[in-house]
Amino acid sequence: TAQGYPGPGPNLAANHTSGPAYTATTLKDLLNDLKNAHGIQFSYQASLAEDLKLIVPDAKVEAKNVDAFLGQTLASNSLEYKKVKGVYIISKSKQAPSAAHAVRTATKPAVSVQQDVTVTGRVIDDTGMALPGVTVVLKGTTRGTSTNANGDFSLSVPASGGTLVFSFIGYTTQEVAIGNQSTINVSLKTDTKALSEVVVVGYGTQRKTDVSGAVTQVTSEDFVQGQITTPEQLIQGKVAGVQITPNGGAPGAGSRIRIRAGGSLNASNDPLIVIDGVPIDNSGVSGTANPLSFLNPNDIESFNILKDASATAIYGSRASNGVIIITTKKGKAGQKLGVTFTTQHSLSRVGDKVDVLTADEFRNVINERGSQAQRDLLGTANTNWQDLIYQTAYTTDNNLSVDGSVGFLPYRVSLGYLNQDGVLKTGNFERGSIGVNLSPRFLDDHLTVNLNYKGAMTQSKFADEGAIGAAVAFDPTQPVRSGNDQFGGYFQWLDANGRYNPLATRNPISMLEQRDDQGEVKRHIGNVQLDYKLHFLPELRANLNLGFDRSNSEGSTFWPADFAPEAPNNGRINRYEQEKRNSLFDFYLNYVKDLTGINSRIDATAGYSFQEFENESPQFISTDADGVPLSDLQPGLPTNDFYRLRSYFGRLNYVLLDRYILTATVRRDGSSRFGDENKWGTFPALALAWRINEESFLKNSPSVSELKLRLGVGVTGQQDLPGSFFPYLARYTVSDNTAQYQFGNQFFNLLRPEGYDTGIKWEETVTYNAGIDFGFVNNKVNGSLDYYFKDTKDLLALISIPAGTNLTNQLVTNVGNMETRGLEATLNYMAISTDKVSWNIGVNGTYQKREITNLSKIEDPNFEGYEVGGIAGGVGNNIQIRTVGYAPDVFYVYKQVYDAQGNPIEGLYADLNGDGVIDAADRYRYKKPEPDFFLGFNTQLTYGNWDLGLIMRGSVGNYMYNNVYSNNGAYRAFSFPGYLQNVSPNVLETNFNDFQLFSDYYMENASFLRMENINLGYNFGRIMNDKASLRLNANIQNLFVITNYNGLDPEIASGIDNNFYPRPRVYTLGLTVNL
Amino acid sequence: CDHSLDIEPKFDVVSANVYRDFANYKPILAKMYAGYAVTGQQGPAGRPDISGIDEGFSNYLRQYWQAQELSTDEAIIAWNDGNLRDLHDMDWNPSNEFLRALYNRIYYQVSLTNEFIRETSDDMLSERGITGANMEEARRFRAEARFLRALSYWHALDLYGNVPFVTEKDRVGSFFPAQTSRTELFKYVESELLAIENELGDPRFEYGRADKAAAWTLLTKLYLNAQVYTGQPRYADAVTYATKVINSNQYQLEEEYAHLFLADNHTSREIIFPITFDGMRTTTWGGMTYLVHAPVGGNMNAAAFGINGGWGGLRTTKNIVNLFSDLSGNTDERAMFHTNGQKLEIEDIFTFTDGYPITKYKNVNRAGQAGSDPSGNHPDTDFPMFRLADVYLMYAEAVLRGGGGSVATALGYVNELRRRAYDGTTGNITQGQLTLDFLINERARELKWEGHRRTDLIRYDRFTSAAYVWPWKGAVPEGRGVEAFRTLYPIPSTDLTANPNLTQNPGYGR
Repeated sequence: TAQGYPGPGPNLAANHTSGPAYTATTLKDLLNDLKNAHGIQFSYQASLAEDLKLIVPDAKVEAKNVDAFLGQTLASNSLEYKKVKGVYIISKSKQAPSAAHAVRTATKPAVSVQQDVTVTGRVIDDTGMALPGVTVVLKGTTRGTSTNANGDFSLSVPASGGTLVFSFIGYTTQEVAIGNQSTINVSLKTDTKALSEVVVVGYGTQRKTDVSGAVTQVTSEDFVQGQITTPEQLIQGKVAGVQITPNGGAPGAGSRIRIRAGGSLNASNDPLIVIDGVPIDNSGVSGTANPLSFLNPNDIESFNILKDASATAIYGSRASNGVIIITTKKGKAGQKLGVTFTTQHSLSRVGDKVDVLTADEFRNVINERGSQAQRDLLGTANTNWQDLIYQTAYTTDNNLSVDGSVGFLPYRVSLGYLNQDGVLKTGNFERGSIGVNLSPRFLDDHLTVNLNYKGAMTQSKFADEGAIGAAVAFDPTQPVRSGNDQFGGYFQWLDANGRYNPLATRNPISMLEQRDDQGEVKRHIGNVQLDYKLHFLPELRANLNLGFDRSNSEGSTFWPADFAPEAPNNGRINRYEQEKRNSLFDFYLNYVKDLTGINSRIDATAGYSFQEFENESPQFISTDADGVPLSDLQPGLPTNDFYRLRSYFGRLNYVLLDRYILTATVRRDGSSRFGDENKWGTFPALALAWRINEESFLKNSPSVSELKLRLGVGVTGQQDLPGSFFPYLARYTVSDNTAQYQFGNQFFNLLRPEGYDTGIKWEETVTYNAGIDFGFVNNKVNGSLDYYFKDTKDLLALISIPAGTNLTNQLVTNVGNMETRGLEATLNYMAISTDKVSWNIGVNGTYQKREITNLSKIEDPNFEGYEVGGIAGGVGNNIQIRTVGYAPDVFYVYKQVYDAQGNPIEGLYADLNGDGVIDAADRYRYKKPEPDFFLGFNTQLTYGNWDLGLIMRGSVGNYMYNNVYSNNGAYRAFSFPGYLQNVSPNVLETNFNDFQLFSDYYMENASFLRMENINLGYNFGRIMNDKASLRLNANIQNLFVITNYNGLDPEIASGIDNNFYPRPRVYTLGLTVNL
Repeated sequence: CDHSLDIEPKFDVVSANVYRDFANYKPILAKMYAGYAVTGQQGPAGRPDISGIDEGFSNYLRQYWQAQELSTDEAIIAWNDGNLRDLHDMDWNPSNEFLRALYNRIYYQVSLTNEFIRETSDDMLSERGITGANMEEARRFRAEARFLRALSYWHALDLYGNVPFVTEKDRVGSFFPAQTSRTELFKYVESELLAIENELGDPRFEYGRADKAAAWTLLTKLYLNAQVYTGQPRYADAVTYATKVINSNQYQLEEEYAHLFLADNHTSREIIFPITFDGMRTTTWGGMTYLVHAPVGGNMNAAAFGINGGWGGLRTTKNIVNLFSDLSGNTDERAMFHTNGQKLEIEDIFTFTDGYPITKYKNVNRAGQAGSDPSGNHPDTDFPMFRLADVYLMYAEAVLRGGGGSVATALGYVNELRRRAYDGTTGNITQGQLTLDFLINERARELKWEGHRRTDLIRYDRFTSAAYVWPWKGAVPEGRGVEAFRTLYPIPSTDLTANPNLTQNPGYGR
């Protein structure tokens, strides 16, 4: 059979004969003309076209209404068509053939077969809808037919049996052995690979074969399953070069997303996220832990991750850290009403807890090593504080979606409700969401309107995460309740005068139960996209996209008057509000033309974009628990962030001979954040791709099905710098009323000149990318390999400026360089693919390395660098440093000296600079929090109605500073005057009396392998008299982690483990019903 | 032409316009003063002026105080913050973050004042239509800005010696300031103070503002230490300017010594130049919040200090305690130590109860009532940067060092302090007892924890030498001498990298 685009099968070509009265042509030629003129796709069965000479009116190409013209032409040739998913499927007419103009030039002799039998059956899709036009062929023969409008077919086959092959564009081809069956019913599965023949790129789509950049697409078929509460979890571990590190186990918590490690130091390293064509602003939203949490993962159809400059340059100024394009689900034309209901129920539990001394062990240590005063402080209780702060938490996630098409109007409406309890008691995240998508077409399908709206209301109850550290450190011999009424009845450490001791550890249960911290966010994001295919020039599309993203947050934290630390002021209420208003105007023209004369195809886009971001938060005066203001001062001015981006962009995709591809992109970006001299930046990119498998020497190779070489280079920019939104502008700001100064009896607000850099400009990253995509044995094995090198110039970094030259000491300015290189590999193997069993395996691995190559205006090899990475223990202590010649944020520690038994010697470090003194100059740079290598592994096995999948993630070479040990692992921890504090059993190994915060003893290799997800599903198929289908799934997330790291979790983005909110193990049961 | 990208901030004032409105001048002046008190535009923390260190640590007064006190026998601290311990150990190096913060604060003040002085030249004022009485007032503001710049440059030359030199002639931008010598900077500070002497307001014209007496006191300090700064003694000038302060007759000793350090000390006629604080309006985690909280711990009663709790950090060494024969405060009431539950000897630096805390700074008023902040965090107490007793003692010392003046007058001043301390004449000394040795000890008794000690010890050559030691000097329990080059702090390594014109002070590496 031939499946339409890009060309029909070979057996049509030989039958050219000219017809008499009318312009005669072959079906192939006709469809080719229509395809070129109108950009439409066809599917038909080869046998239809065999020997068929069409008679077509002269005016064929000028025809304004393709459908009418085609219908007329086909009807007169005893054919008809049906449109499915935008594809014209051509089949024999059911009416009696008029045959008037159809001429059979030859009749083939019937194949002589003895004892043929007839097999009949019906073909449906995975939603149960009949599929017309499905090709049914007896394998190894030319014998075949196609299904009719009801999806029925009938084919005579030899009595000896054989295998039927069912194929249809957009669906996975299926083979069924006939055996003794006379009825064969088949359900075809949607082929996501085929659907993804078109890849979403910035401002439009591209044919997958024409893509020359590093782009990875993950569709809903491949999403991570289980308790997925926030979108980025859907692709965790799935994409090489993309590292998604959860910010902890709190309900609604987000993740740190890094594409190719990020090229900045102080400017943002977050990728640009584009939702249905609207680039969103990644900055935080008050009142929620995660700015992406408003988006219901169930509404997402696909992620397209643009990694190299050639792919991202169309987003110029915000593209340096990669782009994630999220496309949400839509209704489809011609689709009948579909209803999907899913419900997931999960239980989450904390796996391990931090090792601490039990009450009895602690008593022993105090009795042995403590002073009399300390022994006197010991209590008689046996409290396991960690057991008391955690709970088994229940989560329910329910989604209802309705999609279909009413007349010309395809629609999808979804409702979601998530309610997630935290494993840390009192924490909760609740989300109600609604999604609406309408995608009607007008003007003979020339005008496509896409209307998206996503609304969410999230309600967060934030548990005081300080309770985690407090539970580790709190004296286990003390009770939760003091037995008296003071401080709400909670035990708290008191000073010598019976007052609450603010230096002591707070009772962790009081921290949870006596704080009410709630945030509520209403967020709306939406856009209207008008796509008009010009009537007089249908190759040209004009696309207008108007979008908005608005959020309103409010929240407060309440402590009652009997909460000890706030008791002096009769409790406290802190309030906040925030409003974010972002808007978008995009317009582009897209011209696609096959230039058959020169075997070329061009796809050109040019456009304009304007985006405005505003974020305003008023200030509030704290009140006491009764609402009485704690100060008679007026609140200060609101904070206001405000900036605009204006851009012009263009892209040309040129394909020669279907195998040589060139993509050139340029974007000119203007940002209000820079001064007149530097407002504008130009970001070009160029890529070449060579589809080697289309060359004659490989074209017919049975083993190589795809081989594409990609080379690209491009420049991208970054303007998302920290701090002021007007860093170039000399300006004065007014202080709040809590920072005034007194002259005489009068207080004055302070008017401060801000530091500024008139010359501040775009950060620029040049990326080189070389990649290869391959597929062997009909893509049974496929994958890709990419190497990249990124050089960031004019790095926006916070550096010390010469003292006295500006109105501050450190300024974000364009200084320095950083290099990033990496290698990414993806390999998929379809091990088994039969009707009953399928098994595929996917692995991806990423190697990456970053190095700061310059960090000062004047080169200074002696310069130590900038300390970063604050730790617990003392105030203002940092454990990491940014130094030229090293990766960002390497650890900066002393080299511990050990005795003959291998025990660390307290306070003794290697004199690394050999000056005879051990001081700060002896610290050295040791390891880094980033892994050298990280990988993802996933496999999915389907057997009949059962399916089983698992995902593992791993990371090698990432190191962790164990701040839980360093801050609790010294006897000093319990010798603060007036109160006791538990210590880590680690002290029994080190015997450290004093804290040794900067010892490399606390550096641990945190390489790990995590069993991220195991899921098991069972499809009941059609139930309730074929009215519905049902699927059940069971799921375990975070089942185990293999690591040598001693703390609770080896995966912490910062590399500093300071009482991290542990990620729970999650058990989920779910149910999906389709009507 | 599209101007859609030419937007301006909503709530800020663009500099080009700020000086056209005279109402903006006093708030800008207030910022320059507040640079010593608070850390940014939001109290107690938020929108900091300088970065690269915990905001509370970045406080000018806190770091100035620590540089002057923690490095001496007057103060030791129990905290394990970064390289804080190095200050008392006297083994700091150029990457010490606290010394860097102080240096950055000094130059922040220099930049702020340069900006104001530049923008308020007579020409600029006329150009912007600031005339008449407003112009007169603007000129006085400008003189005050020059005083504040001189004050910070004095800190720079006293602490760091040879430092970058920037004036209002250098515009804000990217350039490399030249390094000046300690001697040259001395001359500059002196010339500035002399130039503005008559432009400043008369003594005590408005509380919190720098007046003529503030400039005279600073000149006295400059001249008293001129031998150290330049190698040339200027004691006679010290006598002259101390006399100007005293003879202004605007200042008088506070009757009760302890009242100088309380929440209502703004009412005192002894204070010449304060750094003001307010529990609600002038708030910071440095400044007086630090000085009131840090010495409270052990079994001390935080409520008696008007605060919500102590921070258990600061104590003094036995060298200071031993300057008093009676620790009860019943004879010399300046013996303000908390001894109950504390040990005199410091076995362990990190144990608060080793060593005696000094109980002078409190957030209660004379009537014993706590300050205005209901949470008990931030005190109303002002820091007495310059006060009359210091001028008396400087006068006496300059006289003894050969600066002329009258020994009898000097003795009278010293005995005025003694009379107040002893509530009578029992502590008075004779002329024979009035020696330089007596004076440095008397300065410690009178001015301990007021930010003078390091400068005083250097002037007496007791700072680094082995001849005078205190517990944990040089990081050994009994104390030892350290390298002489430590009389100057190092130029922070960050500025050596940023500015190729700078050379490190002798003895220090990069």
